[in-house]
Amino acid sequence: MPGRSIEFHPDDRFFAFLRIIHNPQCGEGKLAGIPVAIKDNISTEGIETTCASRILAGYVPPYDATVVERIRREGAAIVGKTNMDEFGMGTTTENSAFGPTRNPADPSRVPGGSSGGSAAAIAGGLVPMALGTDTGGSIRCPAAFCGIVGLKPTYGRVSRYGLIAYANSLEQIGPMAGTVTDVNRLMGVIAGYDPRDSTSLDMPFRHEPDPDIRGVKIGVPEEFFGEGVDPRVASVVWDGISVLEKKGAEIITCRMPSMACALAAYYVTCTSEASSNLARFDGVRYGPAADSKKTWHESFQERRREGFGEEVRRRIMLGTFALSSGYYGKYYAKAQAARNNVRADFARLFREVDALAGPTMPTVAFRFGEKSDPLSMYLSDILTVPANLAGVPAISVPCGKVENLPVGLQITGCWMEDERVIDIAYAFEQGRSP
Amino acid sequence: MTVIIGLEIHCQLDTATKLFCGCSTDYRDDSPNSHTCPVCLGLPGSLPKINKKAVEYALRVAKALHCEVPQESEFARKNYFYPDLNKGFQITQYDRPLAVSGHLDIDGDDGEKRVRITRVHMEEDPGRLVHKGGADRPRYTLVDYNRAGIPLIEIVTEPDLRSPKEARKFLNKMRATLEYLGVFDSEKEGSLRVDANISIQGSERVEVKNITSYKGVEKALTFEVTRQRNAIRRGQKIVRETRHFVEARGVTTSSRSKEMEQDYRYFPEPDLRPLRVCDWADEIVIPELPDARKSRFIQDYNLSPTHAATLTGDWQIAEFYETLPPDLRTSTGTATWVADTLLGELNYRDMSIRHVPLQHFKEILIIRESGGVTDKGAVEVLRALLDQVKETGSCESPGACIERLGLKVLGTSEQGGENPVTSAAREAIEENPQAVEDFRKGRKEALNFLVGQVMKKTRGCAKPADVNRVLIDLLSGEV
Repeated sequence: MPGRSIEFHPDDRFFAFLRIIHNPQCGEGKLAGIPVAIKDNISTEGIETTCASRILAGYVPPYDATVVERIRREGAAIVGKTNMDEFGMGTTTENSAFGPTRNPADPSRVPGGSSGGSAAAIAGGLVPMALGTDTGGSIRCPAAFCGIVGLKPTYGRVSRYGLIAYANSLEQIGPMAGTVTDVNRLMGVIAGYDPRDSTSLDMPFRHEPDPDIRGVKIGVPEEFFGEGVDPRVASVVWDGISVLEKKGAEIITCRMPSMACALAAYYVTCTSEASSNLARFDGVRYGPAADSKKTWHESFQERRREGFGEEVRRRIMLGTFALSSGYYGKYYAKAQAARNNVRADFARLFREVDALAGPTMPTVAFRFGEKSDPLSMYLSDILTVPANLAGVPAISVPCGKVENLPVGLQITGCWMEDERVIDIAYAFEQGRSP
Repeated sequence: MTVIIGLEIHCQLDTATKLFCGCSTDYRDDSPNSHTCPVCLGLPGSLPKINKKAVEYALRVAKALHCEVPQESEFARKNYFYPDLNKGFQITQYDRPLAVSGHLDIDGDDGEKRVRITRVHMEEDPGRLVHKGGADRPRYTLVDYNRAGIPLIEIVTEPDLRSPKEARKFLNKMRATLEYLGVFDSEKEGSLRVDANISIQGSERVEVKNITSYKGVEKALTFEVTRQRNAIRRGQKIVRETRHFVEARGVTTSSRSKEMEQDYRYFPEPDLRPLRVCDWADEIVIPELPDARKSRFIQDYNLSPTHAATLTGDWQIAEFYETLPPDLRTSTGTATWVADTLLGELNYRDMSIRHVPLQHFKEILIIRESGGVTDKGAVEVLRALLDQVKETGSCESPGACIERLGLKVLGTSEQGGENPVTSAAREAIEENPQAVEDFRKGRKEALNFLVGQVMKKTRGCAKPADVNRVLIDLLSGEV
């Protein structure tokens, strides 16, 4: 019914939101009256959408992303746009042009990224659920760091129409919430075929979480506990895996050798695609206009130099280099070959097991500024990028704490078996709570 | 010095909607940016969705050009910065095109010739820049994205053409083929753009860009041949470069070398799935093409190969010809009239057959065939009607025109008093006693002179045969 609205006046002390809508409209449906936060790289008609970048300041999309349309149709109240790393490029939300979001579990630490605003809004109790996007772990990392649940769906299961692209072949919009039940509920609304997205799959999602995982085979690749994984995190995650065993799952250790090249394949692919995706931000059609007195070349270069942050410029340059003639074969083509190895590795493993388990992140949330070197920051994505390279579903569910900081358990499933990873996460959640 | 020419032809496919969105392609006379949506404006977050009709049209072309359609082809991004480029890249096809290895047979410089087609691929048109305050030094530039996303096909030939004239012939045949396929409207401004690679054997090749008309191709290439030949004669080396054709001046000018060094950083378009259309291509049935129609015209209508070639060289003219009554189609007079007179008059006025009401031409032909107007009168009517169309966009009916100009053929019946032909003949005989005298002495030319006089008096509205008969009757009656 038109005209119904709710009041939303949160104390946003963690700076989770870039924009808050105080009296959002809502309606009837599966999400009637529920406040939902939307990551700022998802287009919302009439609501400024910036990807936390100065280059898009003032851009108000004239259309809703498909997922936003679906959420509105089910009666949810869209209460605001959440902070993120600029264009999704980061693991901490420190790369927002508008300032970092703080981790509600420890405000001196980052919430993870790039969907840090959405995770903090949930962990801080401001909203029960939110949308994030995951290109190489951007839903699962902040979910793990903030102690909430986040699902990266199978590639194609959720429409990308309206998602401002960072790396098209890797990214998915996904649900984030405090509980597996709510993640499942939000997934039920946003998933499904969309004719406007050519990579969309015609596979409806209608699911009720089922905690019975007796007989389910769960593989644990050695590489998931390799170098760089904090032993305290490893220990908490092993405890989590034994909870799954207690619930009747069969735990099988295995190997995933393609992990060795996964990170490199990921960074070459995502920067290449980003260098092309971000070419449209030239000051001609939206965002602050370039100085019209200068020549075209001067004006768009100046616009881009000033509008993009440091990390975005770095990734555009890396991607431009990787696609350059003479280097394409060495980088982009090689990355695609490595990507196929990752896919093949998953396919092989999923002939033997139903899902894989391990830590979501190698460590707990960093302190602000702790990872000043980009390379060490990139290394922290090692456990999340394989799912994106292969397009398979993966969920992060809270599984304990190290020194009072949340640790996430990651369950990765077979292509199209989002329901299965949700069930395993649900069983785990049920098994942990007394 | 052998001339070597290869062409890249960009042609707009005449679909109702754009290549990757539902926006209408018919934006003529509409205000700028009125046929746009998030997709063809390249707004952040929008995604392309392939237009199946455009793929079907492209496949028709591939088939007509006898191309192979691979199992799988793929779209790619061509990355460069330009204000008319809505996304900072163009969606095109790169190393996996829709179709490869075809050919088109033409009537070349030395008879029948097979021109090999390297590839046919699909891509989107960018927007259009409008420079305000003069093209040379514009004060500012506006962008119109109505054209952005119009489906294009690019047809690339092997370097098989040997002269500018041959290139023009090839293009004419290509245009006819595209029109026969129903995928192309040559009347739309900018619907066909050509880049040409041209070299003199043994020298570097030069790429000429920005040729936007059929006549322009021959002009640009002729200029280049002369330029390159002269340079070689003077002992200069031809530099491998890109040149732009300046239509207004009929010359090509060197582009800045910077533009040549573009690295387009092609990579597969991640937002579109590969095209698997090989089986579909097999199912597509293409209509009768110019060569087949030409043979049929020769066979069925008994036309000369030259007439048949002209009449089938343009789809509209061929279609018009086939709307004529069957007995007219087989008459050499009709063929001559359409192929020579009608096309000649159109050409003279730089008009297309599309501009004029064909029903009127049909009427002229029918009246002419039935003797209601003389050949000369018919031409006069045609000219009058074409001039009217050119000036006002419409014209009177041929009947009205014949009436107005008094071109109705004069009868020779005696009903209702003496007919005008007989009166005129009588006058001519009275006014030219010398000629009558000569005729009686048996000089044939004298009769021709008298016929001429009668024709003059009747302003060409009498049939020469009638005049002849009436004059002989009168002259012999006087004996």
